[in-house]
Amino acid sequence: MSETSPLKALAAGPARRQGPRPTPPGPIVPAGSIAGRSLTIVVAIMSFLACLTLGAVTLVRDASLDWQSDIVREITIQVRPIDGVDTDAEAQKATNLAASTPGVASARPLSSWENAQLLEPWLGSGLDMSDLPIPRLIVVELANPDAVDLTQLSTRLTQEVKGASLDDHRSWTDRLKAMANATVIIGFSILALVFVATVLSVVFATRGAMSSNRDIVSVLHYVGAEAGFIAREFQRHFLILGLKGGLWGAAGATLMFLVLSFLFGRSIATPEGDQVSALFGRFAIGPTGYVGALGIAILIALMTAITSRLTVFRHLASIE
Amino acid sequence: MIRFENVGLRYGMGAEVLRDLSFQIAPRSFQFLTGPSGAGKSTLLRLLFLSLRPTRGLISIFDRDVATLPKSDLPALRRRIGVVFQDFRLLDHLTTFENVALPLRVLGREEATYRADVIELLKWVGLGDRVQALPPILSGGEKQRAAIARALIGQPEILLADEPTGNVDPPLAKRLLRLFVELNRLGTSVVIATHDIGLMNQFDARRLVLHEGRLSVYE
Repeated sequence: MSETSPLKALAAGPARRQGPRPTPPGPIVPAGSIAGRSLTIVVAIMSFLACLTLGAVTLVRDASLDWQSDIVREITIQVRPIDGVDTDAEAQKATNLAASTPGVASARPLSSWENAQLLEPWLGSGLDMSDLPIPRLIVVELANPDAVDLTQLSTRLTQEVKGASLDDHRSWTDRLKAMANATVIIGFSILALVFVATVLSVVFATRGAMSSNRDIVSVLHYVGAEAGFIAREFQRHFLILGLKGGLWGAAGATLMFLVLSFLFGRSIATPEGDQVSALFGRFAIGPTGYVGALGIAILIALMTAITSRLTVFRHLASIE
Repeated sequence: MIRFENVGLRYGMGAEVLRDLSFQIAPRSFQFLTGPSGAGKSTLLRLLFLSLRPTRGLISIFDRDVATLPKSDLPALRRRIGVVFQDFRLLDHLTTFENVALPLRVLGREEATYRADVIELLKWVGLGDRVQALPPILSGGEKQRAAIARALIGQPEILLADEPTGNVDPPLAKRLLRLFVELNRLGTSVVIATHDIGLMNQFDARRLVLHEGRLSVYE
């Protein structure tokens, strides 16, 4: 061996000479492995399902809030006909009384034609309503349901208008609220289950993908890499894999909601479309849904990264 | 440099695989570690590069008692020990250059600061024309030399090689031995685990012979 041995050169410290133009070093954790691709697909599917569930729950919750606010915003005054009393005049009095109440947007008695329309399913068409003792109905729209003192309005109506009674739909609203709340609770329970399933499948898929990288962890360990260095390398790699999968899933779910929203928007004039929009509004998941989808993608990516980090430490503990 | 005193090792509740080992490895020394298959050579090497801790006895490496060594100190200590594994343990997705440079890269060094050294070392082990080759296309001997280069690039104070000539033909084995001898001449302690009597006969050196878990030293 000559005196110009590279070992001597190494002992002299870092080289001053430069070799050929360096190519950027390859990543320590291989970028595209089969296990990595499988993990990305699992993450994408679970993220898609979680985002879809979140979107559906958001939709149901928004729709139930809309139903409640629509119904709470409308109350009805009923003026029953009493012998010797001018029902129309009493109805007008009740209308004026309601209209002058703070928080009421408008009060309007239903015309006899509208009354006939309401009764047509039971009594058939072509009846002369004036012969029947039909109560007059006054539809009262509330500008601000919280500002209206319904108890006081009810008392005043009973005292000042003969045959008047107030129906604030409370029993309906309470039932609807209970139903809507139950639907939302069921939705959130499903969302929680999907989240747990997502967490578990992402954790197991990450550990599976990591098992093919154990040799790399061992080699890095034996060449003197600090545990933190090895963990960082894997964490970065798996964060990118997780983000890629998570964003693909979230984008798929978002696209699906956009397409559904567009399709239902087009069919809104049809009876089927009206039915769906009556239940789910415009089928739009709103900003909460989109931000939530992005949040899920990021959360899943973080989970993937943290799992890989923990797996590195566990593997290092097992070989030390 | 390395001192073993009455060291014993057992796996779990099993019998001791290494018993009462007492020996020293001095700076700049050269020794063969030999014995029949299953005698515990690889286990002893694992104790030497801090991958295992003894169940009894004292191991002192670079004047540090292994039993009281905190885990956080292990990587720095390990960097003073070069290891050549029997199965090479090269990373298949990295080029020969990147594999050899790995010990420097994990220290956070920039490639420009070590590129010339790595290239020169690769030339020295006869891999000057295989710098960009991936391990799967290297021959057994080339992989062996790449593994040796990786163990040397960090200028370790001691080199441990597990059956370094197990996968190569006799002329190459001779060449690798010359490489280890040259390395030792330049100041690195060398421990070569082998059961190749022919290889040991080519160079007169201290022999540590393991038999049924016990060690005999022939100076």
